[in-house]
Amino acid sequence: MGKTKTADLSRRWEKVKKSWYKFSKNPLSIIGATIILIIVCLAIFAPFAAPYPEHAGSFVNFDEASMPPNLKHPFGTDVFGRDIMSRIFFGFRFSITMGVVVITLAAPVGITLGLIAGYMKGTWVDTVIMRLTDIFVAVPPLVLALAVCSILTPSVFNAMMAVTLMWWPWYCRMVYGIASSIKNEFFVQAAEVTGAGKLHIIFREILPNCYGPIFTKISLDMGWVILIGSALSFVGLGAQPPTPDLGTMVADGGKYMPDQWWIAIFPAIAIMFIVFGFNILGDGIRDMLEVEEV
Amino acid sequence: MAERLLDIKDLHISFDVYGGTLKVLNGVNLFMYEGEKVGLVGETGCGKTTTAKSILKILPVPPARIPKGEIFFKRQDVLKMVPKEIQRIRAQGISMIFQDPTAALNPVFTIGDQLMEAIKYSSIQDGLSRREIRKLAIQTLQDVALPDPERILENYPIQLSGGMRQRICIAMALATESQLLIADEPTTSLDVTIQDQVLRLLGVLVKEKETSTILITHSLGIVREWTQRVYVMYAGGMVETARTAELFESPLHPYTQGLMKAVPKLTGEGIAEGISGRIPDYLNPPEGCRFNPRCPHVMPVCKKERPPFFNARDDHQVACFLFKE
Amino acid sequence: MAAETLKLINLKKYFYTKMGTVKAADGVSFSIRERETLGLVGESGSGKSTVAYTILGIYGPTQGNILFKGQDISRESKKRPKHFKKEIQIVFQDPGSSLNPRRSIKQILELPLRVHHISGNGGFTEQVEKLLNMVELPSEYMYKYPLAIGGGERQIVAIARALATNPSFIVLDEPTSALDVSVQAKIIGLLMELQEELNLTYLFITHDLSLMRNMATRVAIMYLGKICEIAPTVEFFKSPLHPYTRILLSSIPVVSREEEELKPKKITSRGEIPSPVNVPPGCSFHLRCPERMDICSQVDPEITGKEKGHWVRCHLYDKGL
Repeated sequence: MGKTKTADLSRRWEKVKKSWYKFSKNPLSIIGATIILIIVCLAIFAPFAAPYPEHAGSFVNFDEASMPPNLKHPFGTDVFGRDIMSRIFFGFRFSITMGVVVITLAAPVGITLGLIAGYMKGTWVDTVIMRLTDIFVAVPPLVLALAVCSILTPSVFNAMMAVTLMWWPWYCRMVYGIASSIKNEFFVQAAEVTGAGKLHIIFREILPNCYGPIFTKISLDMGWVILIGSALSFVGLGAQPPTPDLGTMVADGGKYMPDQWWIAIFPAIAIMFIVFGFNILGDGIRDMLEVEEV
Repeated sequence: MAERLLDIKDLHISFDVYGGTLKVLNGVNLFMYEGEKVGLVGETGCGKTTTAKSILKILPVPPARIPKGEIFFKRQDVLKMVPKEIQRIRAQGISMIFQDPTAALNPVFTIGDQLMEAIKYSSIQDGLSRREIRKLAIQTLQDVALPDPERILENYPIQLSGGMRQRICIAMALATESQLLIADEPTTSLDVTIQDQVLRLLGVLVKEKETSTILITHSLGIVREWTQRVYVMYAGGMVETARTAELFESPLHPYTQGLMKAVPKLTGEGIAEGISGRIPDYLNPPEGCRFNPRCPHVMPVCKKERPPFFNARDDHQVACFLFKE
Repeated sequence: MAAETLKLINLKKYFYTKMGTVKAADGVSFSIRERETLGLVGESGSGKSTVAYTILGIYGPTQGNILFKGQDISRESKKRPKHFKKEIQIVFQDPGSSLNPRRSIKQILELPLRVHHISGNGGFTEQVEKLLNMVELPSEYMYKYPLAIGGGERQIVAIARALATNPSFIVLDEPTSALDVSVQAKIIGLLMELQEELNLTYLFITHDLSLMRNMATRVAIMYLGKICEIAPTVEFFKSPLHPYTRILLSSIPVVSREEEELKPKKITSRGEIPSPVNVPPGCSFHLRCPERMDICSQVDPEITGKEKGHWVRCHLYDKGL
């Protein structure tokens, strides 16, 4: 029995090694992975990594306000004397949380509905699900999010719910397209002929063939969700002051451009890095998940 | 002595993959004269498509690598040419027909667009007007016996049958008036009666235009009916070559013999067992003759040295130590 | 006289599309006895795959009956009692797409075992090992993925999957068309051994007549949804009657002079194979037939029989053979 366990483990390790080989073939993927890793670490360990963690809350020190980048404050300080670098690190928390929460909620729902609609293409189930999707897609995303946020009190939580609501249809559509073509492949017919049930076919035969596009989309989406979250905060519907949030920081800092450029520019660059990192990472994940022939 | 149109000398090609290097081509030698119809027969994975693609330099160069070898086309080494020269050769010297006509034609352009583009880029006389190119296109479609060519020019590939698509690919290849045509399994995806028609047509055209042709296939029957000389390939190297009639009369290499036995015959004598073993792992190919693990006549020398071509008979060479005099 | 395993009575399968009615199978009748191999030969559009899929229940028949061991199963497989799914199995043509590239061979072979609760004494893993042994593949293959092994071996796995439920009837849909000749020889050898050992009945669909000459008990030719000719193998090749059969035979590339001499005189087929949406009137083959007569464009011929079980559908033989 022990022998099979070690054989199993060594097989899994082989798989891991092979995936890494595929991922690392493109050096950009490693850069992307590193960027994201750094950002995530900064987010998690913000209280320790930030030089002035207390600046992330209500803090005021007018003596050091509006200072350009210097040794003490590498990214400068804002009008309240708060260290911008520390606030950016804490801002990462909100961004990453937003991305993770929205996708964790939207993706499974969208994927499952897409799988079911795709497999049952042509039936009423397909029609109901896809028309429902159409309704959500028809409303311009930002408008929907703004509407939701305006009705409810502006808060981080409500912003996340609003974005989730407009996000799931895109997963549904993407998976619908893939599933409806895969369901005609021989291996699905083979499973049906054997007598496998619908649940098995949807989740065990069709879904694994969708992993590539799904995970690529997830990694690209992280960047987009964060961007939209920042946009919501920019118009005041997301994180409320004094919570540090990249979007809010850019909005506030915009007033002081171009003299005190550092207040808006550094948070904007931070947003850029997150999106860029996830995009490149997405390419790498797509490479890693490719099934290749011998 | 007639000049060789194509001369591949000792070609080695390897691919970088996870786990090491696939040493696919292991010293391929092939030549042909002008006006010949040569067959290259071998099974899946033996390297015949790799060889064909390397002649036109359309192998993706990493992960492929060419550590050794020369490919002479009209006495110039293709492997040493600069991109501009290769471009000219692809436009005017060598053309290729691929196995799957559906994949070879762009689904979003009409046949007319694709055919006229091929003619435009290959024109030996530059500056043909659009009308002249269109006339040439219609002419080529008529040459391949396609009915109603004007209407076909406006069609998209998906509106035509497999046989018609393959005939269009042939038309495109021959419209360029090239000297060498490489046909890689041109009829494998077609029905048997259409296959017969298409091959017959190809034979007529090739004769008319005096195009030298390499026909790559895994079907021994097609090679026998269509070619004048044959190369048999196994695991990245040529194992036997002879005039076609001679090869089918007396196949000498153990692999060729195994193949002939495995073909189901209309005479109904049952189907042989096939050849024991499987094709070698290119990551760690066997030392010496790559066929030695499966050969019923294996000798100690086979496991150490790679056999070169030995002259077994007139114009009949075998890469096997059994024929070393 | 062995029992009849499968009997098709005037089976029709039509598909209704925007472009018209596709009469994929249009009145197909034949029967296969236990331990026989019926070779069903035809080109694209002949309907041979449609017939196969209807037998399996992937499609429900438009008209006609399918009798399996005497019981009527003329409906889609989801409406059939479960035990028929064990008895009738299929091996598809393209091993690349008939095995899910994202599932390991163990998972692929376990599926039929799980669905029909066939676990034996040692559990599913042991059963999978037994299946791999039956088809002479090493047990380590369990952990491999389909794309990591060669086309021939994938097809062998597909055969093992078909055997998992201990069937009595297997439909083989061009199982070796995509494979090299030496690999094909191995697989055919395996199939014939298994047929002996396990008392299997085969419906072998192919376009390769030379293969059928060596493997089938009887051969049937289909064209545009109908059977043109059907006869026991030796008789079929000795005297092919239908003009289409003769064209098919004369187009086969062969490797020896003896075979050349056995082929009918070279007849070049003319024209394209029509699409089953546009079936020509009268005899569906008349547009390409070298022996066409006036009546052929008007009246569809009936099937007539000769002794020795040789049936043909052609006006040339209207007045009897």
